[in-house]
Amino acid sequence: MTLIQRQGPFFLLCIVVLILWQLMHMWLGTSVVVAPSRAVEISFDLLRDPTVLPHAAESLKAFVLAATIAGVLGIGFGLALGARPMAREVMEPIIMSLYSLPKVTLYPIALLIFGLGISAKIAFGALHGIFPILIFSMNAVRGTSPIFLRSARAMRLSRWQTARHVLIPAALPQIFTGVRIGIALAFLGTLIGELFASQRGLGFLLIGAIQRNDIQLVSAIVLLITAFVLTLTGILLAIERRLRHVT
Amino acid sequence: MTGSVAWIRFGVIAGFVLTLEFVCRIGWVDARTMIAPSEMALSLARIMTDGEIYASLSMTVFTILAAYAISVVLGTALGLLIQRYDVLRRATAPILAAWYAIPSFAFYPLFIVLLGFGRPALVALGVKLAIVSMIAATIDGLDKERRVFSKVARVAQLGGLARIRFITLPAALPHLMTGLKLAFVYSFIGVVAGEFILSTAGLGYEIAYAYDNYDTTRMYGLILLTCVIAALINSCFRFYERRLPGGGVR
Amino acid sequence: MTNVAALRPKAVAAGVHAELVGVSKTFPGRGGQAPVTALAGLDIALRKGEFFSVVGPSGCGKSTLLDLLAGLSAPTEGRVLFEGQDIGNTVPPGIGVVFQEDASFPWLTVSENIAFTLRREGTDPAEIQRRVDYAIGFMGLRGFENAYPAQLSGGMRQRVCIGRTLVMQPRFILMDEPFGALDQQTRLLMGDELLRLWRETGATVFFITHALDEANLLSDRIGVMSARPGRIIDTIATEWPRERDSRLAERGEFGQLTARLWGLLREESRIALGMGT
Repeated sequence: MTLIQRQGPFFLLCIVVLILWQLMHMWLGTSVVVAPSRAVEISFDLLRDPTVLPHAAESLKAFVLAATIAGVLGIGFGLALGARPMAREVMEPIIMSLYSLPKVTLYPIALLIFGLGISAKIAFGALHGIFPILIFSMNAVRGTSPIFLRSARAMRLSRWQTARHVLIPAALPQIFTGVRIGIALAFLGTLIGELFASQRGLGFLLIGAIQRNDIQLVSAIVLLITAFVLTLTGILLAIERRLRHVT
Repeated sequence: MTGSVAWIRFGVIAGFVLTLEFVCRIGWVDARTMIAPSEMALSLARIMTDGEIYASLSMTVFTILAAYAISVVLGTALGLLIQRYDVLRRATAPILAAWYAIPSFAFYPLFIVLLGFGRPALVALGVKLAIVSMIAATIDGLDKERRVFSKVARVAQLGGLARIRFITLPAALPHLMTGLKLAFVYSFIGVVAGEFILSTAGLGYEIAYAYDNYDTTRMYGLILLTCVIAALINSCFRFYERRLPGGGVR
Repeated sequence: MTNVAALRPKAVAAGVHAELVGVSKTFPGRGGQAPVTALAGLDIALRKGEFFSVVGPSGCGKSTLLDLLAGLSAPTEGRVLFEGQDIGNTVPPGIGVVFQEDASFPWLTVSENIAFTLRREGTDPAEIQRRVDYAIGFMGLRGFENAYPAQLSGGMRQRVCIGRTLVMQPRFILMDEPFGALDQQTRLLMGDELLRLWRETGATVFFITHALDEANLLSDRIGVMSARPGRIIDTIATEWPRERDSRLAERGEFGQLTARLWGLLREESRIALGMGT
């Protein structure tokens, strides 16, 4: 299958979506749906707008911290639980139950604990990001082929050598999948945090735009956010493919 | 063995709750920040008994069910089409893989603009979150019917409908079950979160309202209610999943 | 360029190399089930430099036997000795194990896989290079040094695993149905390679297989195991010359010996499969 045959349908779909967007704009009018070109135009304007930059910086800063915390805690606990079957059996249903909670409802608690500043957003983003990272890390260890452990023993490797040269490389692709998903969710988590009771950040700008019924600004911000996360995910996916040595 | 695991789990949860209770009672934690679990439970009891929550609750439930129904039906149909036609599969593969990364809540404003401030926007939000789980699960489930099964069906002279009933469906069932579960979870999350962020009615709205009015007690009671509902739904699904032959998807 | 010295292990005094003395192995029952006795009262003595195979019905404890000889697990009763020392639950140096499953590390190239254990032991890089290079040539992996296991066939991956064991210059090689996942033709050719390796390195080989003709072809002696709890029913000496390969099958005595093995095993296999006597 040629490259065109493989990627072609997707690009075709993108074009179809753009056409539909344009049609909806023409049908419903600018006050409801912004034309695609206009949305892109405003997005670029936003990026150059000096008043917007501090908000974007705030969101970015919160995101990076949230993602880092989620990554460190998620991988740490995930590996620990994966290595101890008993602890994992005990904790797994608890973790899965927490995962299916609408975490937004826990946000007031975060606000009460951390106050109205950036810490609450970071905590919230970390809360969103930690679950996939933990779950994937845990399953990566648990799913390690027993043959690798037997081989390590037959090669008389120490526990440390086994962990460093066998277990971690074996688990890495799956851990990275979790990290990829977790990073995106951490970003979205910080954003959701900013939609509510916040004075700064892209989410704050967004909620303000909604309340003022400023469709153009809403469309532009949504476009920017979507483009950012998709690019980030795309890069991480590419890294992941290399990790798995996909030929 | 499994019995003792359940006990340990119970112990972990009980330990956490008791520590929280202790910490709140002796005043290490400000009562305006966090109230003791026993107080939360009392608040929940009060909320359930005085009855005014049921209007909001039923509104939320109906919205969730609407989002769920649309996600399942539309999701299964789309999944069927995509699995069947390879072109569609290639077209949608990048979208499905990265759907979770598209900020659903950032699109919520767009839904509001298109559908107004009421329930339909919330349903749209729930569907947006949930539908991909159903699509992916349907595709996975249909993939599970290995080529050799279709040969077995032809040798056994099974017609189209019989084949679907006796081979395709049972093979797909564990994955469909996972899809049904995830779709519900995400519909639940989407609707309640949407109500929380921007709405005038429903469970999520009630929590936000309590927060805004510094009614910490009621807020925690409501949050506890949400958690209890989520836990109950999860248990129901796990119960049915375990009863599937093979115990569901590992 | 043959540099046999690259692979030949240090000489050990002739005689018994490894042995099991009065060994039993019982596994505790799980979840309320009765404990399982995999092996009962085994005595085996492997001579230095011999090729010893074990055949037996499925579930008779062949893999457990290998684990015990390698020091991967300890016996419930009795002793496991390697070069005169009781090894218990530790893998002694000088042993190489090739498992039934593919144990090649998917995240390393062929060269990196083969060099793996040497690197962990801190061997001098020049020496590593020399040995790995020889192993790649010996195992027929030239041209694939930088390939990843995912790009190779099952047979080639198994060759990588054997190569990885070889470069350690083991005096005692244990193999658990290493050719199990391969087709018959590949098996026969790999068997020839294995014999060549065995002759050149002078190592003692302990080989598990369920294929009677394979055991017959490769071995100096064959231990026949009973159904569980496993014990050695009989030990057959093949008396084949050291210089042998798969064309041995042309000989009349070959077929007779295989038939004799089956005669011993048939009843035990029926029992193991629950087909009764």
